[in-house]
Amino acid sequence: MNVLVILAIIAVMVALRFLKPTIVVWAIAWWFAVFAMANYGIDPPVPTSVTNMFMAIVTIALLAYVTAAEGRMREAGESLVAFFTSKKYFIPLVIMLVAVPLLVAFNVYSSMTTQPAPPAAGRTIHPPPPATVSFKGRTVDLNNDVNPYRHLEDDDSEAFAQHVDNGRRVYYENCVYCHGDNMAGDGHFAHGFNPIPANFQDPTTIAMLQEGYLFWRIAKGGPGLPVESTPWASAMPAWELFLSEEEIWDVILFLYDFTDQRPRAREVHE
Amino acid sequence: MRDPLPQRLGESRYFWGLSRERLAVAGGLLAAAAAVLLLAPIEAFASAPQDAANPAYREFPVVGSRVIMWVTAELHLMFAAFVLAVPMFAVIIEIIGYVSGDKRYDALAYEFTKLLSVSFSFTASLGAMLTFLLVVLYPALTDYLMSIFSWTFFPYVALFFLEAIFLYSYYYGWGKFNPKTHIFLGIMLNLVGTGIMFIADAWLTFMNTPAGISETGELVSLSAAFMNPMWMPINIHRIIANIAFGGSVAAAYAAFQFLGAKTDEERAHYDWMGYIGNFIAIAALLPLPFAGYWLGKEIYAFSQSLGITLMGGTFSWLFIIQAILIGNLFLAANYYLWVSMERIEGAERFRPYIKYLLIVIAGCFLVWATPHSLVASVEEARKMGGAHHPVLGVLGVMSAKNTAVNILILTTFLSFLLYRRGNKAPTVSWAKAGNIAQIAIFVSVVVFVTFLGVYGYFVEASVRIGLSVPQVLSVIFCMIAVTTIDVFMYRNARVTGKIKWGQMSARSQYALFFIALTFAWTMGLMGYVRAGMRQHWHVYGVLEDTSVDAFTPTLGYASNVVSITVLIFFVFIAIVFWLAGLSGKKAWEPAVKAGGEPGEEGAE
Repeated sequence: MNVLVILAIIAVMVALRFLKPTIVVWAIAWWFAVFAMANYGIDPPVPTSVTNMFMAIVTIALLAYVTAAEGRMREAGESLVAFFTSKKYFIPLVIMLVAVPLLVAFNVYSSMTTQPAPPAAGRTIHPPPPATVSFKGRTVDLNNDVNPYRHLEDDDSEAFAQHVDNGRRVYYENCVYCHGDNMAGDGHFAHGFNPIPANFQDPTTIAMLQEGYLFWRIAKGGPGLPVESTPWASAMPAWELFLSEEEIWDVILFLYDFTDQRPRAREVHE
Repeated sequence: MRDPLPQRLGESRYFWGLSRERLAVAGGLLAAAAAVLLLAPIEAFASAPQDAANPAYREFPVVGSRVIMWVTAELHLMFAAFVLAVPMFAVIIEIIGYVSGDKRYDALAYEFTKLLSVSFSFTASLGAMLTFLLVVLYPALTDYLMSIFSWTFFPYVALFFLEAIFLYSYYYGWGKFNPKTHIFLGIMLNLVGTGIMFIADAWLTFMNTPAGISETGELVSLSAAFMNPMWMPINIHRIIANIAFGGSVAAAYAAFQFLGAKTDEERAHYDWMGYIGNFIAIAALLPLPFAGYWLGKEIYAFSQSLGITLMGGTFSWLFIIQAILIGNLFLAANYYLWVSMERIEGAERFRPYIKYLLIVIAGCFLVWATPHSLVASVEEARKMGGAHHPVLGVLGVMSAKNTAVNILILTTFLSFLLYRRGNKAPTVSWAKAGNIAQIAIFVSVVVFVTFLGVYGYFVEASVRIGLSVPQVLSVIFCMIAVTTIDVFMYRNARVTGKIKWGQMSARSQYALFFIALTFAWTMGLMGYVRAGMRQHWHVYGVLEDTSVDAFTPTLGYASNVVSITVLIFFVFIAIVFWLAGLSGKKAWEPAVKAGGEPGEEGAE
């Protein structure tokens, strides 16, 4: 968060309160305050797609507020009429009439002169796993099978630690180059990919998924993504060609252990 | 002063702001489109090439088989929802009228019921069309579903007959039976209607979460197939959603009549009717998200793959659209209450609080609509370190969204409390203590719900989802406890001003239209999600879709089909409104010529 920007926005809104502006000015001030907050108050900046959605919601909310009471509605109408007709507002009116077309022109200019860039990724979604996968001739049931070494966490902590260590070895031999030292999706090769590799430190990635899902993604990689919802974009290799089943389950244990997260438990039908 | 548009609506030249000439053109185009579809040569229903004698699919001309099935099924569902919902609240309003002796409630219940007769015929016609289309266009799927459910068709038909008997005896028997007998007919109508829905729900939920069949798809247990994992969650979700939808359409009918009303009495009546319809819709909307959680949980429990497709995969973006629609619904519902307070003398003292309510509502709306994975350019994604924003990303998961929805519900409830208190002042000695208790309950529940929301980030995902239960229970406790205190506190309250029914701005009525339209749109969208999440399966994991349509359409295409379906529904519902309004019109009389002789043209 950019604390200075946030403080500046708050200061302007507090200062405005002393000026006792009309309802229209208040509504416009709130609109710009939220816009400035979304664009400059949050670091890293909020993507344009989200800012646009936020501003649409804020616009509707402000319109609802102004029109929800007859008094406010009347005040808004009168102040708008006064702005366009009263001599008192001649200079601000001229400034607005000049500024709006200039703003539009600037927007057109800036959009026409930007450097070519790949289009925004319009669909970043979890691929749905199949019910079962075949791993070197054995069928793994992704809905019902569990990590065969997970139970060791409670039953035999020493054996569990050995599996985690094995997972650590597998990770640093194979995965670190893309997913990074800290599993934040920022390995040496990460800059070459679009989309960039998954950030396992994010509590909304592997913590949302069952271990079977991770097994499927690691074993089958990008080539094994489902036929539905194509096209997919993933440079992940099919690790079943290089790793054993035990190594894959072990690296899954390590991912959760290192990031201090828990895999999603299976839902129980009630 | 009223807005000019309703005055224009009252003029014969205009109908919904369109001149007769434009209406004629639009009607002509619609009729031409219908004619192209209906009069297309039978050869146009081309068979799929795989087996000329027993094709698995036939192609519907122009729009294709999938779209015609999709639109017809959705229209049938919308009318069915309306026909099932209206008797539920009509009979409750009738009972209130009978118990209180207030004839206004009886008249209101009858006014709601007037909408049913034509709607029932529309529902049946669309149901027949849906069946024919299924048999003609998807014969292999129809055969398979018949092999599973054929024995359920007979009770369905029997219940349909009973539905017709109870519905028409309830409608035509108004005022002609003993009130208790009439209420009994209404209750039976509801029971039979619910039974019909439960049977039809078994067919459609089986397609998503099949059960009671062997590995090769043969029926093993009809009861297991019938009561498949998704069946009861859909039943409950639909009952609640139907009431919300039915209430909103009835409120839109009242708004329609309000805007065209000629007298103050009419305006007062339809203002009140709109208020009651909207109250029913919003009261049913409040528990709807909770029924939705259960439904989603059962889908995830049945298949991780279906669950991810639904909420995290292909269809996850439709839930962002849903969040925006439902956020707008809550905003519009609150807006209607705030505008309604303008007609209550004394309610102006609550006006300063509205901005705080709005800030909370807008804040919750923003949280609810924030996606988990953001649409971003490569540059934006690199700055964020992935598709998830380090700050906003935490708002994209269930913990934040559940918290936002629960607070949204509580805020809407608070708006209603303020509305209810508008022209009243409590006379009980403990009023101050009562207010403090209510505030304490509100604050503690908001703190508790927020705490659980934050706590959810530190526990395993399935535990996090389980936290929605205490969140929901605490919100329900808050609403019941605060309402109970309020009822006793405002018993024998001093009335400080009048409610000036009928003195409402036109924009409040447009808010009612907006609410009905948004309900219909949400229903169409979520209906698509429910069916679409099977992707290339007719019956998930059992019967694969091998037709030319075995692909998931883009979100934009799906949204367009849903929008067109909603438009068609509202054209049909406008016909229902018009027909329902005919009963109140004067009888036709021949025009009188200047000389006193009847003319050939009927008087308008």
